[in-house]
Formats: sequence, structure tokens, C-alpha cells
Amino acid sequence: MERFRLRKDNYGYIFIIPFFLVFLGLQLYPILYTLYLSFQQYDGISNAQFIGLDNYARLIKDPVFLKAIYNTWRIWLCNFIPQLIFGLGLAAILTQSRIKGRSFFRAIYFLPNLVTAASIGILFSILLGRQYGTINQMLLGIGLIKEPIYFLGSPGWHGWGWPSITVSAILWWMWFGHSMIIFMAGIRAIPNNLYEAARVDGANGWQSFWKITLPLLKPIMIYVLVTSLIGGMQNFDVPYVIGEGMTLGTGEPQKVLLTMVMYLYNTAFKYSNRGYAAAIAYGLFFIIIVFSVIIFIFMQRREKQKV
Amino acid sequence: MNNNLKKTGKTNRFFKNFRMSVILLYIFLILLAIICYIPFYIMIINGTRSTTQINLGLSLLPGTGMVENYVKMQDSMNIWRGFLNSILVALPSTLFAGYFGALTAYAFSKFNFKGNRILFWLVLATMMVPTQLGLVGYYQLAGKLHLIDTLWALILPSIANAGTVFFLKMYIDANLSDSLLEASRIDGGNEFYIFNKVVFPIITPGVAMISILNFVFYWNNYITPLALLNSKDNYTLPILIALVKGTYKQNIGSQYLAVGISVIPIIISFMFFSRYIISGVAAGAIKE
Repeated sequence: MERFRLRKDNYGYIFIIPFFLVFLGLQLYPILYTLYLSFQQYDGISNAQFIGLDNYARLIKDPVFLKAIYNTWRIWLCNFIPQLIFGLGLAAILTQSRIKGRSFFRAIYFLPNLVTAASIGILFSILLGRQYGTINQMLLGIGLIKEPIYFLGSPGWHGWGWPSITVSAILWWMWFGHSMIIFMAGIRAIPNNLYEAARVDGANGWQSFWKITLPLLKPIMIYVLVTSLIGGMQNFDVPYVIGEGMTLGTGEPQKVLLTMVMYLYNTAFKYSNRGYAAAIAYGLFFIIIVFSVIIFIFMQRREKQKV
Repeated sequence: MNNNLKKTGKTNRFFKNFRMSVILLYIFLILLAIICYIPFYIMIINGTRSTTQINLGLSLLPGTGMVENYVKMQDSMNIWRGFLNSILVALPSTLFAGYFGALTAYAFSKFNFKGNRILFWLVLATMMVPTQLGLVGYYQLAGKLHLIDTLWALILPSIANAGTVFFLKMYIDANLSDSLLEASRIDGGNEFYIFNKVVFPIITPGVAMISILNFVFYWNNYITPLALLNSKDNYTLPILIALVKGTYKQNIGSQYLAVGISVIPIIISFMFFSRYIISGVAAGAIKE
């Protein structure tokens, strides 16, 4: 019997072999190879040359990279905060059994999340066109504006202009339904008797939301925050395709739409500076790790204070 | 939103006094639904209107320019080739991720081999790693393996899809009983036979759920094919669509039509699968 178990359990190794072969060969190795490249001067053609930490020294002083960090955060925060508010609010509303058409609303709010981000970026850049863009036509038609808005034109004060807000708004539009679905699942998992007990004690709906729903949703909120942060730091598709002009990925006007991954992509594949691009990739990774850890520590500390 | 619309289960006693706010709430929900759908609606309508018609102003009814838009669209870009390439990438990737993901998840769930825990944690950790981290290195590796500008470069990595393994391990933990496996072993099936004939059919609903999400992910992927493909015949749909502004210049009708061709299949599939997609997304988060 003992022998049979042992033999059986060793099949586990055989079953995970395909996964781990591909994982090690095509995923882990490229990640480590990128780390190796980040210490090299390499243009993709001639021989790589070891330059130590020079790429990283250049990275922390690179004004374009610093601008890309700032842009990425600005675009992420401006879409994440409204996303969280809408996601939570709608989840609280659509888990009410008396609301009619819940599954319809749930589905339609989620729909933009499924559609190819590159297509959405292009679709909006056509819709937001200055002269013949449908959105300007509509706003002019109902008399809300007198002159067409140049949505992808003026960079604004430190990038707080139309182009950046537009991209944040599109990302909000794509993601609030996704957050809503996750919050709805979280709310459904909260035992109903907690609400009933609160009601017996005389709490109204608003009080139950603040005292029961929100505290118990905290793990889900951390999940949404961390996944959104990781995704937001890797923001690429929409800002890459939507910018001004026919050339993709410039981040124009005045590079306010240049995100970290766009800078990484351009450096690696447009300017063939692979070594430096590898350093940008690790810079991005470092930022993600640091902020994920900060979020976890912050949340745990608050948890302890309560106890 | 409103004091009286929180979860209570039974009719709230304040409810009747607040009819007005309920109406406002529905107006808000409907407006938001319109905001979510109208860009797609305008896209579909404008795909059928000639550029002149589009430039004249907004219309909520189809125009007469669809054939013209289509002919002009196909003149400078073969959208269907991109469509085919996207299927040729997304379909095998989804099948690989589903089958090998299930095999790996089954091993982690039901086989008590040495290192099981650590290796599973390693899989979990890779889910936190941004996909772009290894992109430069993968491009170099693909060059050495002569995979640059081939669809295989996009398909092969799908064999190791960490998210799928994680999802299916939870599914198998919850839905596959040990006694059934013991019974199959006593019946004398070998382990591969048991996986293919007993385990896989039982976990098919879970595999289907994650596969829909995987298909959408592979279909929508933009940066990896953009980096790895360089001939137009190999371009996947998102790469082609991203080029429509430069390709059709002033011909806005064709731009809308091309974007529409890439979006409409997703909207139609969503109409059929929305329930599964939504529960898949929710399940992934809750089991974390």
C-alpha cells in the first residue's frame, strides 16, 4: 500500500513537467536574461558590452523616465479613484433584490472590459476627433460647447489637460464594471444574518453599509487595489494607440501620454536600445513591488490597531 | 446613493417615502448603461455611413455607405487575414492553457509529491510579475530560436499559464473527490487514462469558464505580438486595427467599419457567455 502511494504521488512530477519546462524556458529564463541585459550596453545587433550599473544610474536621472512614472501614476489615480467609487456604489445597489434588471445592468457595465483595448483606444481617438469627431458634434449640437474641444491636443498644466483626463476616463469606462463584479461577489459572501441583526438593532441601510459591508469587504478592496495598481503601472494599449498624429506610441502632445511601458517598448523596439530597455523593465518591476508591499504593510498595521 | 437601498432582503419601511429617489436611481443606472454601450452603437452605425454622411453629423440610424466602406477597407488592408491570425493564436493558446493548466492543477491538488507546496507558491508568485518584465529577454530568446515573426512565439508560452493553474486548483480542490479517484485506480486505469477519462470530464465546467477568459485575453493581447511580429501577413487583429488611422486617413467610414469588425464578435460572444464570464471573473477574485 505504501509503495502504491509513493508511485502514485510521483506521477505529480510527470504531470507538472510540461508546465514547468515552458515556465522555466520561456518565462523565467527571459526574465533573468532581461536582468542580465540590464547590465549591458546592447543595441540588438553588435556584441553586448558589460557596463555594470550604468543603465540604472542613467535611469534614475532620466527626465523622460521620471516623466513616464509621473504620467503613469496620474493616469492610474484619475481612473482608479472614480472606478473604486462607482464599483462599490454600483455593487451595493445591484445586490439589492428589489432592483429590477440587475443582470442586464451588471452585464452592460462589464461589457467594455472585454473589448480589445487597442480597438477601444482607436475607436475613441476617432470619436474624439477635433473636426468631425462624433463627441464634439454631439456637444456642439446640444449647445454645451461653442467650439470643438481638442481632446487629444493641449497637454495642460503638468499634464493635467484633456489628453490625460481622456485616457483616464476611457480606462475608468473599461474597468469600473470589472471592479463592480468583484465587489458584488464580495458582498454576496457576507452572511445575511449580520444585516438582519443590524436591522433589529435599528441600523438603517446607510449605517449597515459603513459598519458591515465596507469593513468586511476590505480583503476584496486590497485585491482590487493591488491588481489595479499592477495593471495600471503596465498601462500601454490605450495611451499607445490614442495619441496625437498618425505615428503610434509617441505619447504626444508633449509626451503627457508616455507611460513607463510605452517608454520601455519604444526604447527596446523602436530605438533598439535593449540594455537600457531591460533596466526600464526592472525599474518598473521595482516600483510595483515597493508599492504592493507598502499596501500590504499599511493594511496589516491598520488591522492590528483595531485589535 | 440612497439611505434606503442597502441590502436588507425585505421591504424597507422607509421605502415608500422615497419613490422619487428610486426613480432617480433608475435614471442614473440607465444613463450609465447608455454611456457603456453608445460608443459601440455609434461605431456600428458609422461603419454603415459614408465619410461624407459621418462628417455631416450624428445619426442614430444606419447609412448607405457600408459597401463602399468595405471595399475601401479591403483595398489597403486585409482585415480578415488579421482576424484569421488572431484565431490562429488565441485558439491554440486557449487549448494549451486549459489542458496543461488542468494537468498541472490536478497534480498540485491530488498528488502529494515532495516540493508540491513550494512549486505551487512559485506559480502564485509569477502571477504578481508584470508580463513586460521578460519581454526584452523573450525577444532575444525568440530570435535565437528562430521564432521572431511566427505565431508560435505567441502560442508556446500559453502552456504555462499561472492564473489558469491557480483557478483550476481551487476548482479541483472543491469539486473532485478523492474516493472517485481511488475507485478509478482500483478499476486499474493508469494515471494518464484517469486524468483524461475521469478527471477532465468532471472539471470541464471549470476549464470552460477559465478558457473563455483566456480566449479574450489572448485575442486582445497587443504588446507581445506588436514586439514579436514584423510582417503584415502575420499581424493579429489588434495590430492591424491600431494602424487604421494612418491607413485610411480621411476615410472615417472605413476606420469605423474596421474597428467594428474587431469588436462585434466580442459583443456577440458576450451576449451568449456573459453569465459564465462574469462568474469566472468573480470566482477568480473571491478565492484569492
